Amino acid sequence: MVDSHISADGLRRPSAAAVLAAAFLAFAWLGTSVAVAAEAEHAEAHGEAEHVDWQAWKAGNQIRDKASLQRGAANFANYCASCHSLKYLRYERMAKDLQISEELLRKNLLPAGAKPTDYMMAHLASADGEAWFGRAPPDLSLITRSKGSDYVYQFLKGFYVDDSRPTLTNNLALPGAAMPAVLSDLEGVKAAVFSTGGESGHGGGLRVERFEQVAPGALTAAQYDSFVRDTVNYLDYAGEPSQIERSELGIWVLLFLLVFTGLTWMLKKEYWRDVH
Amino acid sequence: MGGHSDASLPVRTGFLGWLNKRLPVDSFVKNQLTDYYAPKNFNIWYFFGSLALFVLVMQLVSGIFLTMHYKVGEATAFDSVEYIMREVPYGWLLRYLHSTGASAFFIVVYLHMFRAMLYGSYKAPRELLWLFGMVIYLALMAEAFMGYVLPWGNMSFWGAQVIVNLFGTIPVIGPGLVEWIRGDYGIADATLNRFFSLHVVAVPLILLLMVMLHLVALHETGSNNPDGIEINDNKGKDGKPLDGIPFHPYYTVKDIFGVGVFLTAFCFVVFFMPTFGGIFLEKPNFEMANAMSTPEHIAPVWYFTPFYAILRAVPDQQLGALAMALSILCLVVLPWLDRSPVRSTRYRGWIWKLALTLFVVSFVSLGYLGLEPPSPLYTLLARIFSVIYFSFFVFMPLYTKLDPVKPLPARVSYDHG
Repeated sequence: MVDSHISADGLRRPSAAAVLAAAFLAFAWLGTSVAVAAEAEHAEAHGEAEHVDWQAWKAGNQIRDKASLQRGAANFANYCASCHSLKYLRYERMAKDLQISEELLRKNLLPAGAKPTDYMMAHLASADGEAWFGRAPPDLSLITRSKGSDYVYQFLKGFYVDDSRPTLTNNLALPGAAMPAVLSDLEGVKAAVFSTGGESGHGGGLRVERFEQVAPGALTAAQYDSFVRDTVNYLDYAGEPSQIERSELGIWVLLFLLVFTGLTWMLKKEYWRDVH
Repeated sequence: MGGHSDASLPVRTGFLGWLNKRLPVDSFVKNQLTDYYAPKNFNIWYFFGSLALFVLVMQLVSGIFLTMHYKVGEATAFDSVEYIMREVPYGWLLRYLHSTGASAFFIVVYLHMFRAMLYGSYKAPRELLWLFGMVIYLALMAEAFMGYVLPWGNMSFWGAQVIVNLFGTIPVIGPGLVEWIRGDYGIADATLNRFFSLHVVAVPLILLLMVMLHLVALHETGSNNPDGIEINDNKGKDGKPLDGIPFHPYYTVKDIFGVGVFLTAFCFVVFFMPTFGGIFLEKPNFEMANAMSTPEHIAPVWYFTPFYAILRAVPDQQLGALAMALSILCLVVLPWLDRSPVRSTRYRGWIWKLALTLFVVSFVSLGYLGLEPPSPLYTLLARIFSVIYFSFFVFMPLYTKLDPVKPLPARVSYDHG
């Protein structure tokens, strides 16, 4: 019998798959080095000064933090729900997932006239919204899925004073945003100092050197940050309410599959014992 | 011959006896499983055929249940998918099994096709087997594309716009053809409805029929193996191939183990990263189709991106569409391009090994480039890799003849694994 891995001179030679893998890795390495070198050159040419890297801000969601989700639900009910719907989510489902009692739900979160089985619709008619803001406030059911949690976090922390806008504010994450800075009571009012010449930062966004607080808000910077984090966490939940159940069930499914696969391996070994 | 006349079949009485007089159950099991001999030296590459069949069944079953809740129509489709995700018991699981299954299908099918190239499984006498496989692959592409439109997300909509418009580049009949495919002047309700019909009825029927023919053709020629030699050339006194083992139970137990490994990886994705970082389910598809708002960067799902990169690499749109079509059709004629006297890469020379390596590198690289927004560097790379991709096929008749092959072994190599 000829062993394909031994060549005529008796030396072991690598299998075809190994050769392919090695060649692929070599190519990948070459490609990456070229790209990295090009990027470094680009950075050098533009000069990296100190700036606020707001595009790197992360929401850092903790989907298992029930207390955070509950605070987020309250934040949303108090500050967002007048204009923004979560049209795929029912109050009842949310209360159940977030372990909020029906009593608390009725007392604090349910708008007048709404039933627990209702979907979470904005109180504002969308035609009014369009007339007042230029566009109807969007439904936020899937905002964290279509734009990402980090984007929503950057948006809620990205308001700055801009007298040229009808709302007198603008937003770093969404330049020309129709939404006014409704959270400025909490955050305060801040101005952004941009790099001279309005140069673009990474990813083509606005490049901010620093923020200057114009007026204080009811919350400290740290308090406002956790306020936004809780709210984004809640929106992340609202984007996929089944995600908690999904990962919990997933652990059991994987444990079962590991045992199943182990047993089928032993079965295969046993059957193949007589193949020579 | 009828099962009852074969002396080697078990003697049946009662219901099974009654049944076997009327339906060749025992003889089918014998001919196709317990007495069907497969080479004993299959390696890891040989798992992907049975896995493709497994994924097909999984897609059919999850698809049946999704169809119970999905509501076709431009006003209802998107909402009904969210309804499935939130209100149907385990609807999220059905949806993620189906969406992850689509990507898994292409992963196993690409590996299955690569196996055929690695060991020359498409070469005579298995050309027809390869052709049936290619029809399956083309049907699968149509199935995946139309299924991707059904959730009626914004990427579904714009992706469909781009892909359907490719047919418009065909001279003379193009514009009329595009309108005929869409059933409207743009991607609209009529398009969604017909894609639904094709996705759940027509193409699955074609797929099932072709998979059956693929298996019938396989069992007629018998399987190739990593050594690329025929096990039927070495038969024992009993007329059984010396290097063959009955498919059942040996490969059934082995393939069930393969399914276990596959499912473990598959379920990890389904339960812990179902969007796969925006590659299996893209972010813009969580916004409803909107003709007024084009996504920043339109790209097809990853399994089409190697061909999409070829399309973009050609400066002229019409020629680009032609190049893209050719890049897929090149695969069809592979059995007639390859003139090597041996099948398996194990016994081929350095020229083939280099060519195959370059092909794989260019295919994977084009796949990556097709996912990324174009840039001057990436367009240049896409052009280089497109040239390599086509060179693999165009020069194949030449270099497979020049390639210094090694002598074939008399028997397959098998070390206890």
